[in-house]
Amino acid sequence: MPEAWVALALTLKVAGWATAINLVLGIAVGHAMARWRFPGRDLLDAALTLPMVMPPTVLGYYLLVVIGSQGVIGAWLLQHFGIRLIFTWQAAVIAATIVAFPLVFKAARAAFEQVDPQLEDAARTLGIGEWGVFFRVSLPLAWRGILAGLLLSFARALGEFGATLMVAGSIAGKTQTLSIAVYEAVQAGRDDTANFLVALTSITCTAVLLSAGRLAPGRVAARG
Amino acid sequence: MHARLLRLLALAAACWLSPAARAGEVVVSAAASLTQALRDLVPLYEAAHPGDRVLLNFGASGALLAQIAKGAPADVFVSADQESMDQAQDRGLVRPAQRRDMVSNSLVVIVPAAATRAPRALADLAGPDFGRIAIGLPASVPVGRYTRGVLEAADLWRAIEPKMIGAHHVRQALDYVARGEVDAGFVYATDAAVLPGKVRVAFTVPTARPIRYPVAPLAAAPNAAEAVRFVDFLFTPGAQAVLVRHGFGKP
Repeated sequence: MPEAWVALALTLKVAGWATAINLVLGIAVGHAMARWRFPGRDLLDAALTLPMVMPPTVLGYYLLVVIGSQGVIGAWLLQHFGIRLIFTWQAAVIAATIVAFPLVFKAARAAFEQVDPQLEDAARTLGIGEWGVFFRVSLPLAWRGILAGLLLSFARALGEFGATLMVAGSIAGKTQTLSIAVYEAVQAGRDDTANFLVALTSITCTAVLLSAGRLAPGRVAARG
Repeated sequence: MHARLLRLLALAAACWLSPAARAGEVVVSAAASLTQALRDLVPLYEAAHPGDRVLLNFGASGALLAQIAKGAPADVFVSADQESMDQAQDRGLVRPAQRRDMVSNSLVVIVPAAATRAPRALADLAGPDFGRIAIGLPASVPVGRYTRGVLEAADLWRAIEPKMIGAHHVRQALDYVARGEVDAGFVYATDAAVLPGKVRVAFTVPTARPIRYPVAPLAAAPNAAEAVRFVDFLFTPGAQAVLVRHGFGKP
């Protein structure tokens, strides 16, 4: 069933991109939230965690309203660059990124908060700049916790369905990820295809979890 | 303490396990294009048959059939094409004698209301002006089957399929056009009439076979008597008048 392998490849691509974007975004925002005190910080934290809690359909609708061709950003993109995001794999990446973001952000914030500020101050007294402190002290110390969050976010992005279906549709070979291919096969009553896709998905997810355990022995459980 | 906990658990289990279908409850699995029309009909039926309650479940006819074949406790099935009902009949889910055509409909090509270009014929859709076209997924959505049928007959399916944005039911295709995410879409005339301010009909597409919606009570209906009663109601002059008001034709 070649279409199943195409769907698998697409799923890995979408989840990979989403995780890569969240690596940068999650660390930056997590670090900022851990270090800076400002009014409304708790509210912002709640807002950034919202995608994890909200129904995917609500997120999907927000996305349609924002990046759809009649949406605020979507209309601008269409007018100036002729770009239509809806029904593209990039839209699937955006949906997966937003859904999985809180997992990285939360882990990163907690990890940075556990870094001893005295170590950072010691580095500063030795004449290292702020960027140096971040990359040579804070990030290496927080890395274990962040990695745990990243692995979870990759797993979450792999399984994303609701928001993705709303913004990326179900175009075979283009936006049809494994979860959407399963849905479509069941809708059409094609049980053979559904069985194969479900088995493939289960194996993929198990493989991801197992390799996560390998990559970070003892870390996922400790900090997840 | 343990006894109280056990009683609580037993109560919770009883709530979970209570039968889904209750007496007088008719579960109708109907084609998505009938959404508004059936919602208008339910109060009429319930007023005429006090004690009966109608629960509506909308979706693509093929998807509804897949649910029913898997044992969904539906009482009545209304399909937007003969093919889905044929499959139901072949699997013994409905009895041939109880199957009747309820309404007719027509296939149209729609464009967003604000669109500057509208196709005048099917062949126009193969041109570069129409990059994305919403079509129901032919595997499960009747409107997609009708569409593929006319496009294949016109020898245009191969040119248009790569532009196809598959919809899981006809109302999704309607929504894609209304939001301007696609340049055109294939829906029923009755769907286009639901969003007159957002979409406009470019032209009507003649189909090789007329579009007729068959309805039947399900052979395994949990509430068989109510199912037959509801199907009979759909053919009363009052019910047919409501369907006509929603743009459906006589069968």
